[in-house]
Amino acid sequence: MGGVIPPLEAEFWPPGEHSFDSRPLLPGVLPDWVNNHAFQAVFSVVLVILFWWWMTRRQTIVPGRKQAVGEMLYDLIRNGIARDILGPQFRAYLPFLVALFSFIWVNNLFGQFFLFMFPTMSKIGYVWALALIAWLVYNGAGIRKHGFFGYLKHATLPAGVPKFLWWLIIPLEFLSNIIVRPLTLGLRLFANLFAGHLVIVVFVVGGTLLLTATEPLAGFSVPLLTTAGVVSLLFSFAIFALELLIGAIQAYIFTVLTAQYVASAIAEDH
Amino acid sequence: MLPLAGESPLGPLLPEHWEEFWIGLALFAIVYFAIAKFIVPKFEQTYAERTAAIQGGIEKAEAAQAEASAALEEYRAQLATARDEASRIREEAKTQGAAIIADMRQQAADESNRMLANAKAQIDAERAAAVNALRTEVGGLATTLAGRIVGESLDDDERARRTVDRFIADLEQQPAGVEHA
Repeated sequence: MGGVIPPLEAEFWPPGEHSFDSRPLLPGVLPDWVNNHAFQAVFSVVLVILFWWWMTRRQTIVPGRKQAVGEMLYDLIRNGIARDILGPQFRAYLPFLVALFSFIWVNNLFGQFFLFMFPTMSKIGYVWALALIAWLVYNGAGIRKHGFFGYLKHATLPAGVPKFLWWLIIPLEFLSNIIVRPLTLGLRLFANLFAGHLVIVVFVVGGTLLLTATEPLAGFSVPLLTTAGVVSLLFSFAIFALELLIGAIQAYIFTVLTAQYVASAIAEDH
Repeated sequence: MLPLAGESPLGPLLPEHWEEFWIGLALFAIVYFAIAKFIVPKFEQTYAERTAAIQGGIEKAEAAQAEASAALEEYRAQLATARDEASRIREEAKTQGAAIIADMRQQAADESNRMLANAKAQIDAERAAAVNALRTEVGGLATTLAGRIVGESLDDDERARRTVDRFIADLEQQPAGVEHA
């Protein structure tokens, strides 16, 4: 294939883990972790805060159109997640959940928008940070409510388990509630965004390569390759739409599950 | 030192730079702080004001409704009073009318009776006068006539008067219609 594919694109083909490499902003001057993805993460914070600031400016009792949109989004978290799952004590966790949802969603939208075309959450470092925060919050909530040992018992021993099964249930519940939860939380978010971006890269880069093919490849004529490239690029728009949806859903799921974990941690003993 | 992506079999499950992790923590902290400090309180304040406004509105509406129904009750009572009064007045008028009619009728009857009585008295008086006049005149005429027929003087007053009286008494005993025959 060496002669078919121009050298620049050949460097990126086939897409893989290297498609997610960060580019240092000023290599050699600043450390490598000051890169384009760190920059877009910082930018997302500015966007999130600006958006909410704009939405809370000049709020009135009878909402205008802008405020109605802001309230709809806010209520999605406030009523749809926090109040539904946490009940009357939702107010204490509301800012956390709003922050979680907006931060993740905006960073997921970066996969389809702005200059970046790259979902920040497909860099797993950011995801682990959020998973750790979620883990700290729900365990912290449980410990504050039940005390350290009280919470351990609450989290690892469901009510009504007969004594002779404790040796089995307690380690299982500990594993599931304390160890696995943050891992699945993080992996779910990361893997969805990682895979989605990979698929987009395949269709867009692959489509571009096919479209710009200048000589037959593996027995396929140039017009056929060009046609396949057009189809592939068109199809990438459908994938973009799907990724848009997945980005929103994953942000929502992360928030819902975190709220759910908090709710189960602070639930009354049965 | 923590392992990095590409240095371990976990591949992309480990970060390219661990600084991503710390940046993520710090950025989330900033977002959380801003939202907890400014955004959520602002929304909640607006919601609280809205709830208060709606509750105030409901209370106001309830008060207005109570006032309206009180006014309605009052109007109903007034209407009933007016109706009673009207029927009472009608009844009174009816009674009064009847009394007036009876009164008038009585007055008319009295008047006619009085007129009848007057007329009768007048007639009686005139008749009595006529009778007296006739009696005198007829007595004289009769006496003269009789004297001429009989040829004797009836100057003897005593006798003449007795005769005339007898004659008139006879006349009076005859029925009225025959009187002029």
